Amino acid sequence: MAGYVVLGTGFGILLRNAGYGVLWAAAMSLLIYAGSMQYVGVSLLTGGASVLTTLLTTFMVNARHLFYSISMVDTYKDAGRYKPYMIFALTDETYSLLCDGKAPEGADPNTYRFLVSLFNQSYWVAGSVIGSLLGGVLPFSTAGIEFSMTALFIASFTEQWLTTRDHIPALTGLLSTLLCLVIFGKDRFLIPAMLLITLVLTLLRRREEGETV
Amino acid sequence: MNSMHAAALVAAMSVMTILTRFLPFIVFRKNTPRYITYLGKVLPPAIIGMLVIYCLKDVSILSKPFGIPELIAAICVVGLQVWKRNSLISILTGTVVYMVMVQMVFG
Repeated sequence: MAGYVVLGTGFGILLRNAGYGVLWAAAMSLLIYAGSMQYVGVSLLTGGASVLTTLLTTFMVNARHLFYSISMVDTYKDAGRYKPYMIFALTDETYSLLCDGKAPEGADPNTYRFLVSLFNQSYWVAGSVIGSLLGGVLPFSTAGIEFSMTALFIASFTEQWLTTRDHIPALTGLLSTLLCLVIFGKDRFLIPAMLLITLVLTLLRRREEGETV
Repeated sequence: MNSMHAAALVAAMSVMTILTRFLPFIVFRKNTPRYITYLGKVLPPAIIGMLVIYCLKDVSILSKPFGIPELIAAICVVGLQVWKRNSLISILTGTVVYMVMVQMVFG
């Protein structure tokens, strides 16, 4: 909960600094509801991205959601009328709370999962709105607060580095993107980087399989 | 950017996010292809790496302040994450360190 309120507040302040007020913050948190993607979204908005770049970026940034959903196909199969909302609201945070498939004793598992999903989004929306309102009245300068997005991804990068042994995918992402940034420049490197990452990882898989056969 | 285009981008983000969450429930009810499972394992860390570079794309290492505030704040985030393993602490501290630097030290 604390995570959602704090990160939501950061998002609200950032979006406000980018020139989009409280209605935009609420709308994005209600309609998109994907933490990291909304941070990236702020910079897509300020950078004047095209719809195509936005669609592709959203797909890549959210690709992990495909796999959260894959692993929840069974768990959610009897959720009935709650199911559409539960799938819509399957964020990193909600997934991490529900992925073990357990529910508190005595509670209906589907109602429990629905409420966890609903409360998480409420915290996120509330945080975004608070941030947006706060951004206008803070008694100190918020210059530099945009680093919260960088810090978010550096922290995720470090955490996944510490929890995995195979660092090839992480390095592939880092180096492919750096290469594309140098070649294509900072306004056009994102799509080439996503294509290159997918290509390199696909080739690495073939080699991996070739060795084991 | 005008509001119409901004609204179109928000709609694009919303539709694509919904799609990534719903697609498996529609397509992969039974068997998930191995290539997809493989991508599911390797793509997320790679994309986080991509986003780190994306966030730092406007940093100029050839002109003042030579990316020093970003470097120091990034070291704080990595160090704290290794030490405390608490993302919220790392993010908040790194951001405050960066704000102090750009406003007071390099401002």
